[in-house]
Amino acid sequence: MSSDRLAQPADVLRPRHVGAPIKRTEDPRLLTGRGEYTADRKPDRALHVAFRRSEQPHAKIIRIDTTAASATPGVVAVLTADSIAGDFKPVIPFSRMSSYYATPIMPLASGKVRYVGEAVVAVIATSRYLAEDAVELIEIDYEPLGAISRAGAAVASDAPLLHEEAGTNVLIAREFKKSDVDADLSAAAVRVSGRFEMTRKAPLAMEPRSYTAEYDARRSALTLYTSSNIPGIVRDALSESLGIPGNRMRVVAPDVGGSFGSKGSLYPEEMLMCIAARKLGRSLKWTADRLEDVSSSSQAFAEIVDAEMGFDSNGVAIALKADVIGDIGAYSIYPWTCGLEPVQVVSFLPGPYKIGSYRGAVRGVATCKPPTGPYRGVGRPISTFVTERLMDLGAKALGLDPLEIRRRNLVRPNEFPYRIASGIIWDKTGFIECLEAAGQTAAYDRLRAQQTEARKQGKLFGIGIASYAELTGIGSRIPAAPGMPINTGSETAKISIDSTGAITAAFGVASHGQGLETTLAQIIADDLGASFDDIRVVQGDSDAVPMSTGTYASRSAVLGGGAAKHASALLQNKIKRVASHLLEANNDDIEVSGGKAMVSGTDRFVTFKQIAKAVYSDTRTLPVDAREELTASYTYDPINGTTAAATHIAVVEIDPVTCFVHILKYVVAEDCGQIINPMIVDGQVHGGVAQGIGAALFEELVYDDDAQLLTASLVDYVIPSALEVPNMDVVHVESQSAVAGGFRGMGEGGAIGAPAAIANAIADALSPFGADVSILPMTPERIFQLIKQSKSKAEEKSR
Amino acid sequence: MAVKVSVIVNGTRREVADLEPRLLLSDFLRDALGLTGTHVGCEHGVCGACTVLLNGDSVRSCLTLAVQANGCEITTVEGLGTPETLNVLQTQFREHHGLQCGFCTPGMLMTGEDLLRKYPFATDEEIREGLSGNLCRCTGYQNIVAAIRSAAAIRREQTQ
Repeated sequence: MSSDRLAQPADVLRPRHVGAPIKRTEDPRLLTGRGEYTADRKPDRALHVAFRRSEQPHAKIIRIDTTAASATPGVVAVLTADSIAGDFKPVIPFSRMSSYYATPIMPLASGKVRYVGEAVVAVIATSRYLAEDAVELIEIDYEPLGAISRAGAAVASDAPLLHEEAGTNVLIAREFKKSDVDADLSAAAVRVSGRFEMTRKAPLAMEPRSYTAEYDARRSALTLYTSSNIPGIVRDALSESLGIPGNRMRVVAPDVGGSFGSKGSLYPEEMLMCIAARKLGRSLKWTADRLEDVSSSSQAFAEIVDAEMGFDSNGVAIALKADVIGDIGAYSIYPWTCGLEPVQVVSFLPGPYKIGSYRGAVRGVATCKPPTGPYRGVGRPISTFVTERLMDLGAKALGLDPLEIRRRNLVRPNEFPYRIASGIIWDKTGFIECLEAAGQTAAYDRLRAQQTEARKQGKLFGIGIASYAELTGIGSRIPAAPGMPINTGSETAKISIDSTGAITAAFGVASHGQGLETTLAQIIADDLGASFDDIRVVQGDSDAVPMSTGTYASRSAVLGGGAAKHASALLQNKIKRVASHLLEANNDDIEVSGGKAMVSGTDRFVTFKQIAKAVYSDTRTLPVDAREELTASYTYDPINGTTAAATHIAVVEIDPVTCFVHILKYVVAEDCGQIINPMIVDGQVHGGVAQGIGAALFEELVYDDDAQLLTASLVDYVIPSALEVPNMDVVHVESQSAVAGGFRGMGEGGAIGAPAAIANAIADALSPFGADVSILPMTPERIFQLIKQSKSKAEEKSR
Repeated sequence: MAVKVSVIVNGTRREVADLEPRLLLSDFLRDALGLTGTHVGCEHGVCGACTVLLNGDSVRSCLTLAVQANGCEITTVEGLGTPETLNVLQTQFREHHGLQCGFCTPGMLMTGEDLLRKYPFATDEEIREGLSGNLCRCTGYQNIVAAIRSAAAIRREQTQ
């Protein structure tokens, strides 16, 4: 595909690691059962924790009787909010946003419960089996306060208040405006609109949440092993909450079995584990079972969007208006706040398009459900779904092809950087290039011909397109969540060569499947001039670097990678200085590659091992002032960050009898800038699309009117299996970004484009019925109802 | 009541006394024997992460009691190749990037081994059918299918 990268002479001469499909460093241990996930930790004589969780959606806690539970064999302690009240400070998800109420985060429910699944009592026993036995014996009396199950009900004037102190169930409200949207809509040649919804979804990492708090009596220190992708943020929060300095409070994310956002916030259980471990002076283990994980981990989407778009007669979108109501659940999460998901919807609704005027209003309302939080794509799966549906509705009204209408509206190469109507700035990215590449790869014209044939045979055959753009690798100028006081804009790399010549590179990022141990080592191998196999990447450990926040918001390749590049350059300069002494040559004549420093154009070289020996051990070789420690540290901040974009094309056929959607073809053309490892990039796209397929067709957390979860097992909450995910064609448009290395973040995109592309394909397949797709997932039941309604409407008309 | 369980795990006889009869095979392997390569993802038999071979057949160790395995031969992921010498299937998973977070991987490998042995000529469709009881949230399955397809071809060549 097109590329504006120019090969440098050095690229040709040296073996390059960046850009190569290097096999992952992580794999040998993970393929042989030698990985270590949090639940695999074996601390000395660990005790096990089990939680009694609320079965009430909203109720005052009248009485908790733990007598029988405490008397059960093996039980060491039973803790309630009262018994740990003096052991911590609540954690507040602060934000400078106006019209926002920050609900405090407590380790156990205090005074009342606000959702089914909220932890109320912790039992600590010698085995998990015994702890769970004792949980059953706890008696809790509740006084029901009235369930709030739907966002609409939460804003009713007579609704009970979930947080009385807030005085309202609307915990966040915001509005973005540009120009006079009503005037522009009135002047539009064509107006299209709809009420769109994406239902509640579980991120559902295969590893349930798991925590092991290890107590070190010698130093009165705690180490929390956690299945988290933000160990640094968790460390800082726990340090503050428990009053333990960072040098005695360490948080480690070892091997982590996926997150997709669900392990990217501070959890009450993480607080409780540390509080209890300190209180008892013992190490503690807890791993959620699947029911607990589904019913207490942060959830996704749950938004309803009323939106309208106006086009001029040429098919150019001129105005967009949207009202969003987000069902944010019972609490605001730390550190992202309850604004993260719903506010991002209105931030990104204009998408990659040059829409002139815009008004996006959003309210996030509290309901009796687990909090919504980060989930792959954050806000953009639904903003893309809405905008891409409106684009297709516009195309239909104007008689334009869906590919053509996007061509007329996408920001074009000469127009970057471009500020869209919501205020987001896109840097130069291959928007149009992705659209054309996707069309070409999918053989779009041929697909349309195929569709005509299929329709003649009565088949429900549909083609769907979705284009989107996302901010990735954002720097300090834009907080990852609105108004949040934590710095999410920088990352540190600390690279050292020890006295044996081995290289250790420490980062604050925290891989949970992305293969950062491999990709970051690829960058260092090139920029330091090291041998790939000599590099050990340490990540996911709050002790590794002084400050870090972790891996989220498609930031690790950009921020971690940028830090790696800069730290590598600093360390290479030190290596060159030592080598110039040892080889009696000019600094400028030294070239470093493959773990050797050599004099250019000669066969004279020293290895990193020899350099390390000269610096650290062999004191006669170098003058004292030349024995600089072989370490370098760099904290990189891309300030604004960068953009990533893609176009997805889905081809589906719907079985008119079963109403099952079969995906016949799936194409992704994406621009993630300079690719570090094409194998890993493709894997991220595949996985993201698979989750998008789940969101489009299967996955829905169904809560009844009493806010009880009806889909808490993997039998009822269906995620795609190998049978439902097709092979995908992924093509890359590698336009270099402005950040260090030219990288763009790309882990989320698959999940952003797929729901919209599939929704458009289903709508296209159902167009003979004139049915519209406005809610996801499009389950067979919903498709059946759509077809039925359309048929009865048609019958009414013909009467 | 306490029970004794005697099994052959990855070729070695292991005997543990004083076990609760309700102890799950998954917990027995992980906690009593320290074989934490077998992962527990759902504890209700849907996700397949805990799959092991019991007398050569793939079973869910989270739906099997340790006592049910008494006298049986068990193979876990630790019984395949080592990090230095991965077996054919493990190698193909690495070659084809058939794993990301690695949590479902032990179950995928054990199901894959069962599949390769019983259906050495499986088509892609049949491989997908065979994997439909193992959930993966990272890979989108495409590369797992490719890894198994490729391992099957290599094993067929080796047995010729």
